[in-house]
Amino acid sequence: MDHNVYLDYAATTPVDERVLDAMMPFFSERYGNANSLYALGRDAYKAFENARERVAASIGAKHPSEVIFTSGGTESDNTALIGLATAGGRTDGHIIVSAFEHHAVLGPARWLGKHGFEITELDPRPDGLIHPEDLQTAMREDTVLVSVMHGNNEIGTIQPIRALADIAHAGGALMHTDAAQTLGKIDFDVDELGIDAASFSSHKIYGPKGFGALYLRKGTRLTPYMMGGGQESKRRSGTQNVVGAVGFATALEIAETERATEAPRLAALRDRVVEGVLGRLELTSLNAAETDTRLPHIANFIIKGVEGEAMLLHLDAKGIAVSTGSACSSSSLKPSHVLLAIGCPQEFAHGSLRVSLGRYTTGEDVDYFVDELVPIVERLRSMSPLYAKIKAEHSAD
Amino acid sequence: MLYSDKVMDHFQNPRNVGVIKDADGVGEVGNPICGDVMKITISVDDDRIDDIMFQTLGCGAAIATSSIVTEMAKGMTLPEAVSISKKQVADELGGLPPAKMHCSVLATDGLKAAVDDYLVKHGREPIAGPILSSDPNFDPHEEEDEHA
Repeated sequence: MDHNVYLDYAATTPVDERVLDAMMPFFSERYGNANSLYALGRDAYKAFENARERVAASIGAKHPSEVIFTSGGTESDNTALIGLATAGGRTDGHIIVSAFEHHAVLGPARWLGKHGFEITELDPRPDGLIHPEDLQTAMREDTVLVSVMHGNNEIGTIQPIRALADIAHAGGALMHTDAAQTLGKIDFDVDELGIDAASFSSHKIYGPKGFGALYLRKGTRLTPYMMGGGQESKRRSGTQNVVGAVGFATALEIAETERATEAPRLAALRDRVVEGVLGRLELTSLNAAETDTRLPHIANFIIKGVEGEAMLLHLDAKGIAVSTGSACSSSSLKPSHVLLAIGCPQEFAHGSLRVSLGRYTTGEDVDYFVDELVPIVERLRSMSPLYAKIKAEHSAD
Repeated sequence: MLYSDKVMDHFQNPRNVGVIKDADGVGEVGNPICGDVMKITISVDDDRIDDIMFQTLGCGAAIATSSIVTEMAKGMTLPEAVSISKKQVADELGGLPPAKMHCSVLATDGLKAAVDDYLVKHGREPIAGPILSSDPNFDPHEEEDEHA
């Protein structure tokens, strides 16, 4: 294959070489169990706690103990939803989550819905945002927890977390945010956002897979999700993943150091993709285009009259990796719940294409993608029994 | 989920794409809500499928099953063509991922609809039996959901 153009950084990222270098000693040389008292164990413990301090400092936490290390974003979300809802032995109450959360939040929320709690799945508006007044309307006397993601992983819109947190708190509820897509990409400060809990994932920021963290504001009660040896101040048992922690902390520091130049670079590349796709293909649109508060690295298109998986496979044959919200690309057979939540009609959601850029994306990559996409879409449209009709309907509008 | 080499071949290089002008029979099945729509046109000579072409809006499996069904049906008698089963289509492609089996239903249904269209136009009785996916409310995913 001549080209290898990876444009799916919102799905995962490669481990940065600098991160890998930092991790390497902890596999076979400094391999101690951080719970052991002898030198090898103390060394691991120190490295692990040092990583915690670095993460805590980066997100503006008051104290390192506010950072709980986990196995990744999914565990952090599950721990937050179930652990906060059931804290102190609570067995009922009302929980609000946005309807376009990652499944790692929707899953535990729906589980809680079957186990004593009432769940409201709050719809975003077509602009891809959860509006504070909509949250206000959804709040109830017995609302105990609100969870709204910081940056949407499919369409890239950034939610007004501060305003949402203020409403949650005014109603006596806790505020959690899934920040897997925003940490290291935009400003992230727990006090500025006013949140009680936040979930992070290492592999979205050039760290290793299988590692993440949960920020939990001091004094916030939590039922542990993983029980056992009582690690992480009894909030998350399991032998400390020192390799993961060192990798995650290093990855976060690199992302934060480089963000001032990297974010505008990615935003310019993203705008170049958007301009290329919308400019060269008719009947295409950018999802939630009207919203300015968006992640610098994600663009999500509707390309009418084609099906996403077919586009994805043809692009793959050209060495390009992207993703789609089409039902046909998933085992669920339903199109993206995110696109449906912002009011995208099902027939068009099947033709969605997400491009997400990252540290190693170049202008050449972006131009190659657009150059290859155009003939693929034209070919698929020429094979479609409906395209002539879609086009005619559009011209009539 | 992995596609067989043959599925990828028919997806990348689909056979018999297009519309037969003044076709003897036309079958259009599926719906855009589900993401798959297929149109098959046939020309018939002496109750045999003389020529067949397709247009498909859909995923890799939908395009590949459409393509292979046109190859299979070409030269068949009408009763032979309507008896092609979804399993035969999948087998001919070297198998389909379980979540994609419904695509082969669309292909066989498109063919059946085209044959019946020809017969009805000539004042003859349809022979294909019920064609579920020509119903606008047909949900090809229902079948899979039952097993989920």
